[in-house]
Amino acid sequence: MQDKHKDGGMGNGEVVISVRGLYKSFEDIPVLEGVDLDVYNSENVVVLGRSGSGKSVLIKIIAGLLKPDAGVVKVMGEQVDKLKKKELRQLRLKIGFLFQGSALYDSMTVKENIEFSMVRHFKNMAASEVSKAIAEILDSLGLEHTENKMPSELSGGQKKRVGIARTLILHPEIMLYDEPTGGLDPVTSVEINELINEVQKKYNTTSIIITHDLTCAKTTGDRVLMLHDGKFIRQGSFEEVFDSNDERVKSFYDYNFIQ
Amino acid sequence: MEPISKQPAKYVISKNVDSFFSEIYAIIKFIGLFFKEVFTPPYEPREVIKQCYEIGYRSLALISLTGFITGLVFTKQSRPSLSEFGATSWLPSLVGIAIIRALAPLITALICAGKVGSNIGAELGSMRVSEQIEAMEMSAADPFKFLVVSRVVATTIMVPLLVMYMGLIGLLGSYVNVHVNEQTSFTVFFHDALVKISFLDYTASVIKAIVYGFTIGIVGCYKGFNATKGTEGVGRAANVSVVISMFLIFIEEIIIVQIINWIRYAG
Repeated sequence: MQDKHKDGGMGNGEVVISVRGLYKSFEDIPVLEGVDLDVYNSENVVVLGRSGSGKSVLIKIIAGLLKPDAGVVKVMGEQVDKLKKKELRQLRLKIGFLFQGSALYDSMTVKENIEFSMVRHFKNMAASEVSKAIAEILDSLGLEHTENKMPSELSGGQKKRVGIARTLILHPEIMLYDEPTGGLDPVTSVEINELINEVQKKYNTTSIIITHDLTCAKTTGDRVLMLHDGKFIRQGSFEEVFDSNDERVKSFYDYNFIQ
Repeated sequence: MEPISKQPAKYVISKNVDSFFSEIYAIIKFIGLFFKEVFTPPYEPREVIKQCYEIGYRSLALISLTGFITGLVFTKQSRPSLSEFGATSWLPSLVGIAIIRALAPLITALICAGKVGSNIGAELGSMRVSEQIEAMEMSAADPFKFLVVSRVVATTIMVPLLVMYMGLIGLLGSYVNVHVNEQTSFTVFFHDALVKISFLDYTASVIKAIVYGFTIGIVGCYKGFNATKGTEGVGRAANVSVVISMFLIFIEEIIIVQIINWIRYAG
């Protein structure tokens, strides 16, 4: 396993995702309390935090799936919560989202899952071209011979891969990963981590990876941010974040485990 | 940058009263969105056809069985009362009026509320809690159009067809009983059964069936599409879909019957 470079990220300097003063609560329970974040072009940003700390809420607000209570979220210069339905749909074509449980459509085969968004956006594409593109992306992700399988017939790792294939087929510029290694065994987790890095290199994507898996954070993150009680309390390279006497950071981290 | 203000939650009356009115508003908005989306391209004809098959064809066995037994039993139970007056020859027209005017639409709607409504509620609820609906949004597709519009259109088309089918099967069940007891021929039975049915009766049944079909679809979709709280929420969405659909069907039945009677006797 190879760790990412330790320069603390910043990509090539162009801000792709900008979050300022973000607040969100559910039924009076505050989840995000003044989050600020800049994600630069082509970098992998990892957001670490305990379960229920609001990590998933953050990327769902970035993707326009949830509305913020207050604050400004800009993706590629566009303020997400101010966009009209059609504009938001156009923006989402540039965003790939891997959901925690993969969220594959239960009633469709692997091929139909990937085809679903393709046929709606590449309307002039011939059926043979669609099939060819699907076969290619499945092959490139090690999913040969799964085209006609139902999601229930796939392993956890395969589901994650199909989830990634489903987003990559639309050539996104931004990838949002919600617990990409959640529920996977250590070997499959390593494969998914490598895949995240491959996607970044091959497609030059800007990514936010939500996780509480330190191996995933160390392997995939150019920059790591730690979310606690609705705010970022540390950020920098993996080593910088955990080189701290802060009890909140230390309690999260069993350094010896991943050394 | 906009000023940051963290607003504490405030209620106009109380949490429960506010949420009740919010729910009413949300339902009205949901129905409004359906009517907006149903006439706006792009359309999802393949999904509508698939749902018609799921809702219609897969309900045929249950509708056939229920319809046949209803016709048979209703005839059998009505016979003693009519025979006291020597009026068993009126059985076909009695059964015809009862089935076409009331039993076929109502029983079909109740069966569909149980079978189809719960299925839609559970299916969409499970898609919501497993983030499949959000995944559709992220695919830049329109889950409302794909999931809700197609299902509501399918129930609105298929329930009237199932009502007509049940009417026919119900009369067939009745015919079996009449034929066994009175040796009435098939042609005579159906002539007697349908002779008293007016155009208004057929129209009213079809209108009722369209309203019931729409109700079953929209309630199931609303509850499923807005399901929360994990697997418990899926079960609740299915259950509440059936209860609310049945409740609304009875209310609609009363209202439509009143209107039809008013038209019938005013004319």
